[in-house]
Amino acid sequence: MGIQIGKKTYTNRVKSGIEDPFMRQAVSSAQERLKDGRIQSEKGLGNWEEWRSLGEEIRRHTLDNLDYYLEQLSEQVEKRGGNVFFARTADEANHYINRIIQEKNGKKVVKAKSMVTEEIGLNDVLEKEGVEVVETDLGEWILQLDDDPPSHIVAPALHKDRERIREVFADKKGYLGTNHPEELTQFAREQLRKDFLSADIGITGCNFAVAESGTITLVTNEGNGRLTTSLPDTHIAVMGMERIVPTWEELDILVSLLTRAAVGQKLTSYITSITGTRLKGEIDGPSEFHLVIVDNGRSNILGTEFQSALHCIRCAACINVCPVYRHIGGHAYGSIYPGPIGAVITPLLDGYEDHHELPYASSLCAACTEACPVKIPLHELLIRHREIIVEKEDQAPISEKIIMNSFAKWASTPAAYKLSTKIARPLLKPWSKEEKVTNGPGPLKGWTDSRDFPTPSKQSFRSWYKTRQKGSD
Amino acid sequence: MMKVSLFITCLCDMFHPNIGKDTVEVLERFGCDVDFPEAQTCCGQPAFNSGYLRQSKKAMKQMIRSFEHAHYIVGPSGSCVSMLKEYPQIFVGDKEWEEKAKEFAEKVYELTQFLVDVLKVTNVGSNFKGTVTYHPSCHMTRILGVKDAPVILLQNIKGVDLIELPKKENCCGFGGTFAIKNAAISSEMAAEKSQHISETKAEYLVGGDMACLMNIGGMMSREGKNVKVIHIAEILNCR
Repeated sequence: MGIQIGKKTYTNRVKSGIEDPFMRQAVSSAQERLKDGRIQSEKGLGNWEEWRSLGEEIRRHTLDNLDYYLEQLSEQVEKRGGNVFFARTADEANHYINRIIQEKNGKKVVKAKSMVTEEIGLNDVLEKEGVEVVETDLGEWILQLDDDPPSHIVAPALHKDRERIREVFADKKGYLGTNHPEELTQFAREQLRKDFLSADIGITGCNFAVAESGTITLVTNEGNGRLTTSLPDTHIAVMGMERIVPTWEELDILVSLLTRAAVGQKLTSYITSITGTRLKGEIDGPSEFHLVIVDNGRSNILGTEFQSALHCIRCAACINVCPVYRHIGGHAYGSIYPGPIGAVITPLLDGYEDHHELPYASSLCAACTEACPVKIPLHELLIRHREIIVEKEDQAPISEKIIMNSFAKWASTPAAYKLSTKIARPLLKPWSKEEKVTNGPGPLKGWTDSRDFPTPSKQSFRSWYKTRQKGSD
Repeated sequence: MMKVSLFITCLCDMFHPNIGKDTVEVLERFGCDVDFPEAQTCCGQPAFNSGYLRQSKKAMKQMIRSFEHAHYIVGPSGSCVSMLKEYPQIFVGDKEWEEKAKEFAEKVYELTQFLVDVLKVTNVGSNFKGTVTYHPSCHMTRILGVKDAPVILLQNIKGVDLIELPKKENCCGFGGTFAIKNAAISSEMAAEKSQHISETKAEYLVGGDMACLMNIGGMMSREGKNVKVIHIAEILNCR
């Protein structure tokens, strides 16, 4: 698996989402919880708008100077005994990681949550090589047991409620307890502890890499990140090439934005910063450290109108407010990156061909743009995608093009427009009854399948205005 | 006398002319000299938001031409007005149109915004009576930034019993061509909005964007609910 999940068509994915009441209930209540938490914790920072602007500025500066900071980061990591590998593609990244594991004769990998390893499909590659891979983030572990892809970038199992989770544990691990969260979590802890102690390799993502010191920072709530990076003898961190901050000062600001925007916390339970390998005299930490920096399409976005999409710090605030996501769930996007940010970056990273519906999966209500802690104009970028799909990719339906070309003529020719205000009502007459259309033709059908549509008025405004003027003359 | 040119919006022109009448009368009541430039058509949003930039620009140019002589341009729609406000951004770098678009956009106001911010009217002295819930449309609030004006105006009408709409910030699911292209999702969103409106038990749903009201109203009509759906201009002009 890579970015794309499943082979179902967009229409079928949306249908499955809408027809899954358990998922929708779980998503809706999680959205409310996460959104309310975010808004509360934003207030605690004082002027949130100023913080957002600062976040945006830091991200823009970093991306504008990405080559410089990447070089600085590499130098610093290597100076502290680490190895850096720059992977242009998913294959290159997987190949490198697999080679390291094979060289170490590694049999078991424990993983902390990492979206970029989902993106490159790392688990499948390693499992094919006979390596046992254990996800140790609770949500990811549940999904791994159930062979189910993530539906959210922060809370990957958000679509499952506790009863669904109990069923997975019972079916796959012989769990006999209740569906109480504490009991379920205790069970997961016991199971996972054995894996931590027996793993040869720890693989993590990276929320932010600090260029000035070569430090990898992980933001987690479960402590699995620390166990993954301190117990196995080899640590491999995988990061998207844009996940970088110049210094610890910017790290402070972006972590402050991330934890609040993502989960409404001032800080998460664990913020782990790892600089270099275990040094002489130190008692823990891996003796070998690899940082895999993944491009996989990102450098193509730099310098384009979509560059701000790389500002993303993967907080999911946009997902947590998205009404479309609420009704269809993450899997309907067909990408491991769902929601508004997913609809923006998926076609950029994986092409339009398999994802050309995503930019339209938005009412452009701009709740996403408003929530983004680094001010990515998400709804505007979705329109930019639509422009490309129409003009460059030529993937818009012919009927739509005809309608839009007619629209242009209509709206730029006052006489044609005026005529339409007169004939709209008679034209819709065959479908009109009691001043409404309940079974509309052509494109109206989608609307009238579930909603009534009004009939055009007997007299247009402009016609009324004319009579009024005459009356007052 | 303040000279105001009415931007009717194509939707109100064809489907809801009474909202145009109410807008004209309210503005006149507060001393405006209102005219209606007849060459106006549509703001271009249906094409622009669907990715048809070239096509939408034709509509936009027509709009700019139509209002060349206007002092103030006022329209009863947060969404259409926010589209007009984006023209300068869209014509950046266009020698012929950039400056015109800028001049044009500076003159544009949404009705409640114009009443409160320009005319400094907060009490319209309307004679309306009933329980009302207000849906703050997404483009009106998030893009145009008009959040308080309509609420202030409603609160100051003596007979209006304003009940807060639960999760009022949620989109109703209209979204222009979204309502057709993604009809299944759109109607789930409309149904959710309708549910929240029912929870208020209000007699009237009021909004500042006819497109959203058409969507929510269409859903409630199909569901057989008898909540009356009205545009804020209708309340403001209730004598």
